[in-house]
Amino acid sequence: MIVQTVVALLLLASGVLVLTAALGLWRLEDFFLRMHAPALANTLASWAVALASIVYFTAGGGRPVVHQWVIVILLAITVPVTTGIVARAALFHLRKDRP
Amino acid sequence: MTLLDAAIAATLFAYCLAMIIGLARLVRGPRALDRVLAFDFVFTVALLAVLVLAIRYDSSMYFDAALLMAVFGFLGSAALGKFLLRGEVIE
Repeated sequence: MIVQTVVALLLLASGVLVLTAALGLWRLEDFFLRMHAPALANTLASWAVALASIVYFTAGGGRPVVHQWVIVILLAITVPVTTGIVARAALFHLRKDRP
Repeated sequence: MTLLDAAIAATLFAYCLAMIIGLARLVRGPRALDRVLAFDFVFTVALLAVLVLAIRYDSSMYFDAALLMAVFGFLGSAALGKFLLRGEVIE
């Protein structure tokens, strides 16, 4: 029962965070402001979902299951690279338009 | 309907709403880079939805799919960003 409660709370937290990121992606007016919104989904929401999955499968299987962290580590490596490339492209286009 | 089922349904509903908003930004986005950003966001939310479905159906087969989605989402976004940066993907 307590495992179900913990998993449910973590999943609901990730849902709220992803919805906040989507609203930020829609409402913020500048591209460089909008770049910050998906980081919420990439970091905290994915951590919450991975932690919920680890708790659920560890409690259900009777042995520690931690291979969900591979996805979190992969996201932590790849997301800054993507953000850097997109930000450099945006700066490049900004300088090209207004020299 | 237990507490966990209700929480999973609510989370998937929130993900669907977020993906619809992200797709609206993808359609509307004033420039190409906004569309790249929205594409990356929608892909990440789909990855999280696959992880939630793994809990829903109590199956560990979904993690491989989520791992592949993480890799291909990164490849797609990085290729689009590089293309918009230089005009070619591989220099």
